[in-house]
Amino acid sequence: MNAPTMRSTSALLYLSGVTVSFDGFRALNNLSLLIEPGEMRAIIGPNGAGKTTMMDVVTGKTRPDTGEVVFDGLADLTKLDEASIATLGIGRKFQKPTVFESHTVRDNLLLALAGLRSWYKLLLATPTREENQRLDEILSIIRMEAQQHMLAARLSHGQKQWLEIGMLLAQDPKLLLVDEPVAGMTDVETETTAQVLREINKTHSVVVVEHDMSFVRALGVKVTVLHEGSMLAEGTLDQVSADPRVVEVYLGR
Amino acid sequence: MITRFLWQGMDRNLRLCVLLVLAVGIALPLANLILAATNPAHVPSWVLQLFGKYLCYALLALAVDLVWGFCGILSLGHGAFFALGGYCMGMYLMRQIGTRGVYGNPILPDFMVFLNYKELPWFWHGFDHFWFAAIMVVLVPSVLAFALGWFAFRSRVTGVYLSIITQAMTFALMLAFFRNDMGLGGNNGLTDFKDILGYSVQASETRAALFFASAVALALGLIISAAVVSSRFGKALTAVRDAESRMRFLGYRVEGFKLFVFVLSAAMAGVAGALYVPQVGIINPGEFAPGNSIEAVLWVAVGGRGTLVGPIIGAVLVNFGKTWLTGALPEVWLFALGALFIVVTLLLPKGIVGLWGQMKSRSQARKARAPA
Repeated sequence: MNAPTMRSTSALLYLSGVTVSFDGFRALNNLSLLIEPGEMRAIIGPNGAGKTTMMDVVTGKTRPDTGEVVFDGLADLTKLDEASIATLGIGRKFQKPTVFESHTVRDNLLLALAGLRSWYKLLLATPTREENQRLDEILSIIRMEAQQHMLAARLSHGQKQWLEIGMLLAQDPKLLLVDEPVAGMTDVETETTAQVLREINKTHSVVVVEHDMSFVRALGVKVTVLHEGSMLAEGTLDQVSADPRVVEVYLGR
Repeated sequence: MITRFLWQGMDRNLRLCVLLVLAVGIALPLANLILAATNPAHVPSWVLQLFGKYLCYALLALAVDLVWGFCGILSLGHGAFFALGGYCMGMYLMRQIGTRGVYGNPILPDFMVFLNYKELPWFWHGFDHFWFAAIMVVLVPSVLAFALGWFAFRSRVTGVYLSIITQAMTFALMLAFFRNDMGLGGNNGLTDFKDILGYSVQASETRAALFFASAVALALGLIISAAVVSSRFGKALTAVRDAESRMRFLGYRVEGFKLFVFVLSAAMAGVAGALYVPQVGIINPGEFAPGNSIEAVLWVAVGGRGTLVGPIIGAVLVNFGKTWLTGALPEVWLFALGALFIVVTLLLPKGIVGLWGQMKSRSQARKARAPA
């Protein structure tokens, strides 16, 4: 780990001059971004603006061509793989709920639970009392005690979403990246999700990538608009929607 | 610690399976040795030899299932690990022949005398000791699996690409072992075995002991696999199978899990091969043929991928069918194999064991729907 020895910034996540090209196409173009500890940030932008690529860079799935990505002031994320980054405390929720279908609800949470990750220790490990307590706590938060021994494959779509939120709580990341959480949801579900995210934000920093403007409004947080791989505007939703450049990007020329 | 580890997979069903395997391992040899040939319960020697082979195939199938069924690594080259284990045992058996070979050379096996070898190649040293050969039976396949897995899993080679690599590996080994200057008997392989641990390989008592040893190996394989699969490691392993990238984003270093189970599986296949060779009396490069590895995958598919009993049932049933059909209608076997593959893929995605589960859950669903 080639970490800077001095804490260079107070930001939790700090992207500076990040560029990613795929076959000449610049998915991210000199992108800079700052997320403060405890903050919740919404990132919006039209298709192809680089939202998902930005997440891929932060979680280690994609290596940037140039630029700096610093987490918690110390760790240079561009040199780490997914597993190390996750262990540092960055969690990611995908657009489609991905739970482990052939495991029970409880085992899903156990797999996500922060702590043991090495394969040889897991061969002999049994859940400790603390771990079981934590699992019970999470099960009651997501209201799934009754389903804890049910296979995740048999859960409804909504229950899978809840389970995945439980898994994120179990993972207990410092920073949570959420990719289009309300895609395909009804209005009521969208509202509930916004509440849940605000609840999670009380103890975790959150970055939400979203298309849905009404959802972003419901979140009521600072918004960053991406366009063609760089930041176009930043501010409250009202500020950025008043920005003529944002209007142009969203409504077309 | 190790007993606790091994014990953790022991649920009621598994205990039953292990007992059943051991019971077969004791009953069949006894029925062969003690009962008179006129007794209707007498087991002829050829049947014992045949079922001894099936037990080795069952262990190979279990090894394939461990990586394919539980970790999603479709290996089309497990026959190579089986054959390497077999060759290690074959080398030991060759060294036991001593002066009884056709040429009577106390050091060099017949084929080396025939090919004008002046001295034993370096890699044959040590194989006159059983303990050395026994270590190599496990070590050689493990090292190969480790080397292959290390590069493949780190470079994130998955799915069909990995299958092709394993297939290419066994094919390359087959070509290499066919060469006379490999020093391993070339085309003809290793055969004409006389003794194992001082006992004649032809003696019915030795055959009975080998059969029992195969049953014990299979039972041990079952216990170890069950322990691995039911541990928290095993839970992570099936999670890797179902959603690998999700596991990475949860902070698991997926390569380690895959590598461990791949090496363990190769070692099991090697032991199966080592027990197979003294029972059939020959090992030659044909065992590396890609078709063999594919057949092993088919046994697993027929029996039930991702279950521990499935591969054993599949291996025994398919091979029993093969023995019977190649005797009765030799030209039909390959078509039957192809048809079996299609039937299993279309109708029995979870194999025979899965069919039982399907029927059970269906009857439960019916009961649940019926008015109380």
